[in-house]
Amino acid sequence: MSAVAAGSAGGQLVLGIETSCDETGIGIVRGGTVLANVISSSMEQHARFGGVVPEVAARAHLEAIEPALREALAVADVRLSDLDAIAVTAGPGLAGALMVGVGAAKGLALATGKPLYGVNHLVGHVGADYLVDTNAPDRAAADDGEPTIALLVSGGHTSLLLVRDLISDVELLGETIDDAAGEAFDKVARLLGLGYPGGPGIDRAAADGSPTAIRFPRGLTQPKDLAAHRYDFSFSGLKTSVARWVERQTDGAMEVDVADVAASFREAVVDVLLGKAIAACQDFDVPRLLLGGGVVANARLRAVAAERTEAAGIALRIPPFSLCTDNGAMIAGVGARLVAAGHPPSALGFGADSSLPVTTAQV
Amino acid sequence: MLLAIDSSAGTSAAVVDFATGILAEASSDDPLRHAEVVGELIAEVLAQSAVRVEALSAVALGTGPGPFTGLRVGMAAGRAFALGAGIPVAPVISHDAVAAGHYSSGAAGSLLVVTDARRREVFWSLYSGADPESIPHRIEGPALAKADATLPDADRRIDARSIPAGWLGMVAERSWAAGRAFPSGDAVYLRSPDVTLSAPKRVTG
Ligand SMILES: [Zn+2]
Repeated sequence: MSAVAAGSAGGQLVLGIETSCDETGIGIVRGGTVLANVISSSMEQHARFGGVVPEVAARAHLEAIEPALREALAVADVRLSDLDAIAVTAGPGLAGALMVGVGAAKGLALATGKPLYGVNHLVGHVGADYLVDTNAPDRAAADDGEPTIALLVSGGHTSLLLVRDLISDVELLGETIDDAAGEAFDKVARLLGLGYPGGPGIDRAAADGSPTAIRFPRGLTQPKDLAAHRYDFSFSGLKTSVARWVERQTDGAMEVDVADVAASFREAVVDVLLGKAIAACQDFDVPRLLLGGGVVANARLRAVAAERTEAAGIALRIPPFSLCTDNGAMIAGVGARLVAAGHPPSALGFGADSSLPVTTAQV
Repeated sequence: MLLAIDSSAGTSAAVVDFATGILAEASSDDPLRHAEVVGELIAEVLAQSAVRVEALSAVALGTGPGPFTGLRVGMAAGRAFALGAGIPVAPVISHDAVAAGHYSSGAAGSLLVVTDARRREVFWSLYSGADPESIPHRIEGPALAKADATLPDADRRIDARSIPAGWLGMVAERSWAAGRAFPSGDAVYLRSPDVTLSAPKRVTG
């Protein structure tokens, strides 16, 4: 691990390609230092649909990937011939979107003769915590960071992980059994007419609302559910409950207090996310909680996380936002670790695996 | 010397040379495993032809028509390969490769090339023949039609299950040598993305 200590000047020069959802991310790292983190998002193209449309995302990846590659190389001021390796997200994610990145990575690797590593997207999110972004040096160099409980929350995934070693020992404790948390934000925002993506709209509306105005259900927190789903999440019931509440108000000719609904909904999501994450820290005696994924942008989530981890004596770690959303630097970072640890490159015949398990750091 | 890639039907790669023709070609008909095989096929034709990356002057890239996720895999690989090798992309309409193969055998007359677009639709292109430079002359298409629609009449119709990258590469070599303009390098989908936009449903009765 010391070979790739965050902030060290040396280390492997790795380019990472990420196309698992709606961001085309190209990152370049040297060891644990981010030299470039270029993100091209197709989010605006999905806005009128209220959620990510896979075919729209995949088409956008094909158009964005080459310009993003050129830009990342320019920003990092490195040449392809300088690279030690190329890393690409092999899964999990949207199959058609992943395949664009995998295809590009193979073409690039063959043309340059560089070793290619197909890596796990979720492991990438965890690995973001080991990176120092020289362009956004807003936090101190990381401690060794392990073991940690990692809560990864985005529009595409909601996962709770126990990370003992980034590339060799990551265990999935639980995940959503229906909607991802980010998806729930998008759907409720659409219901309340707050735009897409849902997170910022819900946040703005919730600022004037009371988080305790309406008691929305906390999915999978009842004793009978906890037995089988202690660390799993469910947001579809919550979404339906919000919809029902809004319909009842409207049917009764009552005005819907959007601020209260938004604040109460958000509180239910945050409560269940952090309740389970902190329970995992305590159950496994792990004094560290790492947050990752785009939902980390949610100010309420960060505030409640800070409060509750402090009360529980747990260290809270949140990478810079540019490394929390889907990005290529985190993929490059995992690649750099794999190279440093002496792992051989992936066999050239790997594909995109939309449900790649988190226990597989490298395909 | 060109590397040629097409993944609009199955996946195919080739190394071709204007003077000596198709040096190596490798293909997979699997309509689902483009991402898996694209790298191996490129590596295979480079090894088989013993051509080094530095000796390539461009990547001939099939731009479709293709309805599937697969089309993008080859295009992404080809564009990134070209970037990595510091060479340009030479886009080719995929049907032109089928037509080039047909006319190379000495055939004359019009030709209709048809490929599967799934969902009971087909892609088609109509050719009048090959010009003196042996480049197929496409007079209509590529276009999308219902599978049971009446397509233009032609002396021959080829329902192609695969696109040979070797002939694709030769079309690019000959077009280059003849100073012809290349088509846009954009993916030819001929269909809008699938989008189902449903209004939020009531959850209470
Ligand atoms: Zn993600």
